[in-house]
Amino acid sequence: MLKIENIQYKADNEEILQDVTFEFQKGKFYVITGHNGAGKSTLAKCLMGLYKCSGKIFLNGEDITNKSVDERANLGMGFAFQQPVTFKGVRVIDLLKIANKSYQDYENILRKVGLDPKEYLFRELNATLSGGELKRLELASVLSRDLKVGIFDEPEAGIDLWSFNNLSQVFSEFQNTERTTIVISHQERVMNLADEIIVMKDGKILKSGTRDEVLPTLNL
Amino acid sequence: MDNKEDIQKFMLKKVADIDEFPQGAHNLRIDGKGVERVNSPNCEIVPKKDGSGIDIYIKAGAKNELVYIPVLIMQGGINDKVYNDFHIGKDSEVVIVAGCGIHNHTDHNTEHNGIHSFYIEENAKVTYVEKHYGHGQGLGKKTLSPVTNVYLQKGASMTMNSVQMEGVDYAVRTTNGELQEGATFVVTEKILTQKDQYADSIFDVKLFGKGASTKITSRAVAKEKSYQEFHSNVTGTCESFGHIECDAILMNDAKIIAIPQISALSADAHLIHEATIGKIAGAQLDKLLTMGLNEKQAEDFIIKGFLS
Repeated sequence: MLKIENIQYKADNEEILQDVTFEFQKGKFYVITGHNGAGKSTLAKCLMGLYKCSGKIFLNGEDITNKSVDERANLGMGFAFQQPVTFKGVRVIDLLKIANKSYQDYENILRKVGLDPKEYLFRELNATLSGGELKRLELASVLSRDLKVGIFDEPEAGIDLWSFNNLSQVFSEFQNTERTTIVISHQERVMNLADEIIVMKDGKILKSGTRDEVLPTLNL
Repeated sequence: MDNKEDIQKFMLKKVADIDEFPQGAHNLRIDGKGVERVNSPNCEIVPKKDGSGIDIYIKAGAKNELVYIPVLIMQGGINDKVYNDFHIGKDSEVVIVAGCGIHNHTDHNTEHNGIHSFYIEENAKVTYVEKHYGHGQGLGKKTLSPVTNVYLQKGASMTMNSVQMEGVDYAVRTTNGELQEGATFVVTEKILTQKDQYADSIFDVKLFGKGASTKITSRAVAKEKSYQEFHSNVTGTCESFGHIECDAILMNDAKIIAIPQISALSADAHLIHEATIGKIAGAQLDKLLTMGLNEKQAEDFIIKGFLS
């Protein structure tokens, strides 16, 4: 489905990712975990094309290594940022409408992330929104698109307990689809949702396997 | 679109957002001459005796009054200056839609300078919408330099929305305000310049009365080789509140100079200014790229929102 071969990424002469090779399977839910600085977010950004790395990336057999971010997005990849951005003058509906769905769909998506559409659909995506609200809206913007691969960089960070229960529900819906989900997380409760867990350390994959194989080895 | 009538309709839509005049008072000026004038029971439009413009009288206590006074310049080589005075009666509520569109398809420069003065009596409320637009392929410059003078009596308020979207080659926009006790003046200005266009916005608002307040928000986008300046001065002479906010997005080789000034002449004056100029944030572009927009589409999306 999504295959990475020998991914390397350097910043300021420091190797952030070293020779990372892995194959993500269609319809599976992956959690990438590891300590801060292990290279998790960097790997996620390389997958989406936000960082230029060396090595090869294939999506459904197609070499997408040299494809731009928007080209990858239009091939069905999506990315939820750890720190959502704000836009002056842009309303939530404006952002969701990029996905070209119906109003009812947008309303349903907001409900799914625990936000009342009446209150949020026409609200400006600016700094008057709290960090938690912005995180949910970030998630909504990704969910609005028809994705083959969804990459979520610490989606649970900074949101309250709703939060987690609804998030679990959203992700559990993914498990019954053909969508591949890749979540960066430190949280055991997120790992409990995973089909497979990848543990990174010092820019490399330290181990990977099913949840039952990996989770007991993590000393959480 | 070669037909003069079609172009006029198009221009009217651009500057006043109407296909035709709704019922009510209006005054249409084309190429320096008043061509259509209609009064309403609460609004009288009177041409000045020297022909220099019009006086607009809104009756005291009038409510939900809507007045259109657009100006169109349809030829090159015209230099039009008009003095319009608005006399807004006590306790009235009125929306005034002004705006000027220049269609210049010649190589001769065309200029329109509208000097609008608002005398707003006690507790009256005015919403003033002013859009400026330039159109036409000629080499002649399209210049629009409006002056807006606002005199707000006790408890009166004015909300001014000023928009310069495209096609104006040169503009110096001057807005002056004098506010008495409890008066409020809120201004939102949006300007887009491109090519080698020049735009200068000058605000000078004086808070003379206790409890007077003003908020001036300017959002500007400068593209290509265009140049913008933003000058603002809010003076508080007593217990009053003033806030100037200038946000600008800079693209390509454009330049923007922002000079916000606040003058507190009393310890009770509370005045704030904020100015931010910068290119489009990389994180905003990244977000939209991950939504499937290409770079150009993402930039257009951000600018459209910023100036909406």
